[in-house]
Amino acid sequence: MDSALIPKGANRCPFPVFATGIAVVGVIVLWGVYAMGLCWLKGLNQTNMNDYYGFALWIWADLAVIAIGGGAFFTGLLRYVFGIDELKNIINLAVVIGFICYSSALLILAIDIGQPLRGWFIFWHANVHSMLTEVAFCLSLYFSVLTIEFIPLILENRQVDKVPFFHNLSHNMHGAMAVFAATGAFLSCFHQGSLGGVAGVLYGRPFAVREGLLIWPWTFFLFTWSAAAYGPCFTLLVARMVEGITRKKLVKDNVIQLLAKISGWMITTYIVAKIIDTLYWMLVTAPALGFSVMDFYTDNAFYGIWILFAEIVLGGIVPAAILITKKYRENSKLLLLAIILGVLGVCLNRWVMVLQVMAVPVMSFDTWALYIPSWQEVATTVLPVAYGVILLSLAYRYLPVFPQEKELSTEK
Amino acid sequence: MLPNSFEWAWDAGHLLFFGGMWYTIIILSLGMTWCIFKTIMDTMAGKGGGDHH
Repeated sequence: MDSALIPKGANRCPFPVFATGIAVVGVIVLWGVYAMGLCWLKGLNQTNMNDYYGFALWIWADLAVIAIGGGAFFTGLLRYVFGIDELKNIINLAVVIGFICYSSALLILAIDIGQPLRGWFIFWHANVHSMLTEVAFCLSLYFSVLTIEFIPLILENRQVDKVPFFHNLSHNMHGAMAVFAATGAFLSCFHQGSLGGVAGVLYGRPFAVREGLLIWPWTFFLFTWSAAAYGPCFTLLVARMVEGITRKKLVKDNVIQLLAKISGWMITTYIVAKIIDTLYWMLVTAPALGFSVMDFYTDNAFYGIWILFAEIVLGGIVPAAILITKKYRENSKLLLLAIILGVLGVCLNRWVMVLQVMAVPVMSFDTWALYIPSWQEVATTVLPVAYGVILLSLAYRYLPVFPQEKELSTEK
Repeated sequence: MLPNSFEWAWDAGHLLFFGGMWYTIIILSLGMTWCIFKTIMDTMAGKGGGDHH
């Protein structure tokens, strides 16, 4: 039915099967859109946020998708600016994932501001002393970069490519991609960093606040570094998931191994910096503000010291050790374990820096604020995941996302 | 925001934030303009079409 649109030489499931799958996920999208409509029509009273607890579950999701979407800017930087040619075989996937993650992040922010019709205020009536203004600027502009990077892939659709103008446009955009990729890397460094900076400058919250360099707290650099380190893990994880679902080999092992190795060394350097930062915060920063470390991990039903262990050891040291060791990295099960732990690790880091920050008591008369999201918050947090599944499915079906697919299928 | 807006102030914050924003927008716009211009030229010269990749 849609075979004329499918890339040449690629096998895809029958259209009715594909349409049924999209329809099932579409129901989840509709659920999320309904909840989003409630938040817009009735206001943020649909959430369980309050004056004390001002960050909803979706803000964690926002920071998490931005972190795991960091594979797009970092892989783009490696491919187009540093010229690592092998990565051309996975860059399309990284761009699609980045586009999904960043459009999701913007969607979440549109819900979070409560009145989306006033979304443009942040650009025109900007508070130039706010790190979140920098985030809004860089996020929006980087989404433009991702759109520019995504366009050539859309233009490579079998039917669209037949039109000479589109064929030439795709070719010329590829030619100028280094400029766009470098701009994207510049923007990403700043918005990833500023998201971390927001936590680091919370002087009233000893759990989050950090020293730093000039106006930038150490969390600024740690967030940028962690996005570049763990983003490729998510790209590899999605590649593995698509391969598992389609039961096809789509990316050659040397490409996977190269990206995994780069990610491994990035995680290693990041986790060393993170451990130093944590030790300094434990031994100097928090005590200077009148807190002992265990104040942040006791007297509540959820946040124990386990979360610090899980973030640094399971989500940092273990994946780093696997990914930088050739013997372990070449074991497909261990590789999968490492990239899953890596993705969970960076998501857990964002959880801690957003939600645990809000939960920790600050005043002597305060108690832990264990926040439970409303169903509207859950639905609007699940919405980007379902939207991402649909967009990735459409991209896989109709666009040459995996350039090595044809060669690998004939090898088989 | 542009310098002719009543909220504008000639301070480091406005210059860095909006300077960076407009600078990036100009780079992206010029890049895309160049791509589209070259595409028009290439298409008029008869390049492209079919399976040329």
